[in-house]
Amino acid sequence: MDTAQASATTKTVTFRIWRQDGPGGEGHYDEFRIPYSKGANVVSCLMEIQRNPVTVQGKKVAPVVWDAACLEEVCGSCAMNINGRVRMACSALIDKLEQPITLEPMRKFPVVRDLAVNRDRMFEALKRVKGWIPVDGTHNLGPGPRQSPKDQATMYVLSTCITCGSCLEACPQVTLDNAFVGAAAISQARLFNMHPTGEMNAEERTRALMGPGGVQDCGKAQNCVKVCPKEIPLVTSIAAMNREVSKVLIKDIFFKEEEKKGHGGPG
Amino acid sequence: MAAAARFTVVGGGLAGLMTTIKLAEAGHHVDVLSIVPVKRSHSVCAQGGINGAVNTKGEGDHPDIHVKDTLRGGDFLAEQVSVKGMCYAAPGIIYMLDRMGVTFNRTSEGLLDFRRFGGTLHHRTAFAGATTGQQLLYALDEQVRRYESEGKVTKYEYWEWLGTVKDEAGRCIGSVALDLRTMEIRTFPAEAVCLATGGPGIVFGRSTNSIINTGTAAGRAYLEGALYANGEFIQVHPTSIPGEDKLRLMSESVRGEGGRVWVPKKKGDTRSPRDIPDSERWYFLEEKYPKYKNLVPRDVATREIFTVCRDLGMGIGGKDGVYLDVTHIPAPTLDAKIKGVMEIYEKFVGDDPRKTPMVIFPGMHYSMGGLYVTFEADSRTLTPAEGSPKNQSTNIPGLYAAGEADYAFHGANRLGANSLLSCIYSGMIGGPAMAAYAKNNATSAEAKSDKYFADAKKYWDDRFATIKKMAGAENPYQISKELGELMTENCTVVRYNDRLKKTVEKIRELKGRWKDCNVLDTGSVANRSLSFTNQLWNMLELGEVIATSALLRDESRGAHYKPDFSLPEPKSKDPTQDPEWMALWKKRHEKWAKTTIAKHSEEGPKISYEDISTPVLEPEPRWYA
Repeated sequence: MDTAQASATTKTVTFRIWRQDGPGGEGHYDEFRIPYSKGANVVSCLMEIQRNPVTVQGKKVAPVVWDAACLEEVCGSCAMNINGRVRMACSALIDKLEQPITLEPMRKFPVVRDLAVNRDRMFEALKRVKGWIPVDGTHNLGPGPRQSPKDQATMYVLSTCITCGSCLEACPQVTLDNAFVGAAAISQARLFNMHPTGEMNAEERTRALMGPGGVQDCGKAQNCVKVCPKEIPLVTSIAAMNREVSKVLIKDIFFKEEEKKGHGGPG
Repeated sequence: MAAAARFTVVGGGLAGLMTTIKLAEAGHHVDVLSIVPVKRSHSVCAQGGINGAVNTKGEGDHPDIHVKDTLRGGDFLAEQVSVKGMCYAAPGIIYMLDRMGVTFNRTSEGLLDFRRFGGTLHHRTAFAGATTGQQLLYALDEQVRRYESEGKVTKYEYWEWLGTVKDEAGRCIGSVALDLRTMEIRTFPAEAVCLATGGPGIVFGRSTNSIINTGTAAGRAYLEGALYANGEFIQVHPTSIPGEDKLRLMSESVRGEGGRVWVPKKKGDTRSPRDIPDSERWYFLEEKYPKYKNLVPRDVATREIFTVCRDLGMGIGGKDGVYLDVTHIPAPTLDAKIKGVMEIYEKFVGDDPRKTPMVIFPGMHYSMGGLYVTFEADSRTLTPAEGSPKNQSTNIPGLYAAGEADYAFHGANRLGANSLLSCIYSGMIGGPAMAAYAKNNATSAEAKSDKYFADAKKYWDDRFATIKKMAGAENPYQISKELGELMTENCTVVRYNDRLKKTVEKIRELKGRWKDCNVLDTGSVANRSLSFTNQLWNMLELGEVIATSALLRDESRGAHYKPDFSLPEPKSKDPTQDPEWMALWKKRHEKWAKTTIAKHSEEGPKISYEDISTPVLEPEPRWYA
């Protein structure tokens, strides 16, 4: 009997949910059982629990705290571990999950409460790689550079990153307290380096990925690409930025040699 | 005021971020308050595109035609000066976004591509796949991050705006906000504050909106004396997938790229859609509207689908639902242009829309109404005067509104792909307006007496302490669900006065029940039930405004449809050829060509009307057949 049939017969859905009152504290699991409804997903079930936050043991508890907004996998809010695998809660359909459904927060980010985590490090990483096009201003300056549909298609996919954190969660190199920027930011650096205007600052972005926490901290486990809900070619991005970094390193060595020879001055 | 002043922008969607960029670019400091990281704001959900009469398709498109389409689409209730300014600014806005690196789709020559959208006959919509809102939001988010790293912008993410701080003259001199993680309440002094807080979708329970779109900030501003205009104009999008938790939008771009709406000609036909031959399908929009076909404005398409399902009983399997069919379009074309929506359907319904027609039904989508704002017209161009402090200003001095939170740009019905545009345009003129307002002020907000800020903080500390002690019998999330069902049932596609009257009464009952709420959570970290219980009151207030405004407007216009007060069908296909009908239309129009204005009072919303001004375009009957 598959899980869909099982839940249809019992007409309930059972959850085992990680509860933690605040950052750094101890935690435990609460068990909830709610009525089954067709097409339900993890978020719709959490909403159902909000309306009646009582555990299987009959204990009244606070509603579960989790992050969610768009419920269509485009805002990036609701990433969490569902039955041990990181994914977006809104697109996790109950019919396709084994019960009891275990919900846990991502482990590579500090827990705020229950399933909500603090993903500030991802946004800081975007600052580090200068993930933007440095435009002259917002006044009328005419159209941007022409681009081929082929380049657009490549860049569009990179630009659909929702900063959900799945790639960091799945990465063995990322820990709660290390500085590795992770696949998302590396891929964003590639995106902006590809853009005809962004290319003008490409070296700056590439240099930001050198040194501790940079692209060379990647251990090539390739877990990131497997869990990305937007199917972004993260491994390709990492390889591309690794090449960029190598080029800059070679250039640095070459120029240092030049300097030693005394040819390196201005002009 | 010092040359560089401090401002607060509330909301990190397109309107908020554009306002922020304009202020930071002018050298000011901006505190951005947002209940979520700004990159997760609801603008991210917009799919189809952004309008601008760039005219690259040799169709003779022009901003004036965009103005006309927009005003006609809104059944002549939109604020005309702001609409003209927006449409004329649109090509420049699209180019600016292009320079910021938005991954717009391209033509083979490498130029921006444009597609068709509803309510126009031109290819006017620039797009980035079918996730244009996401791509636009990211572009502005990146520019704001750049200012943030330069120290010109400070983001307060997971902070909720609670209310204004006012001085003795009633000027807004700052805000009170709540840290949604630590539950700390603090004040933010500002020369001016902009509410770019989006629409009230969650007042309707399930909608195409993100669950953060409760309208709480606009509701609170209304309670504090800001006027709320045209609340009754709620857009119900013709094509969404009904779900347990939300109604997922299937973009208008699906029809823009050739998608066709149909039902089986035979009532209750049980065959699979692919087994029904073309001759046995009823393409009801194409039949009734040979010129615009599937791309009639949203309110028109929604009513037709409603009629087919509810009045004629011709919905698929006798239920609510019609086919939206793209199976005749090659899959690579679909993937290049609307992959985002194809994936949503596939993920949430389980069928591949490239192979099987989608089943869709209308869903609450957008509020045309919002906080009342003004504009100062440049008498020469009839567009908002550059740098005027009046633009985007509410009736509370120092308080501005932009984006879906304002009422101005869309009248009685919004055209698809005009929302991203109005968000960005309102920010582009709102930011400079706030700076100009501050420049004209003699004393800065920071120099104002500490007492105003201390009092405001105390008010909110006390209010939250009171709510936190609420231990009654009612679950706030349950009340919210009931409000949503009530609003969806009575304040969406078809409206009747007796039901609206009952709706207002029931909302008052819910307000009574709110007082018996149980806050459910006594935690001191990220206590979401506590913040939600506070929000819920503001949602109930807005619900009352929307229902009361709908009750009192006895006509049909745009998204507001009352069968009991609709004009008869004209005898001629072109209504201007039917003088009797024209006389009726004129009489009706003259009576109701007015902006609805709601003002808060203890007894409920006080509704008044303001005549619309028509310097740009004289109203005419709105007709698409």
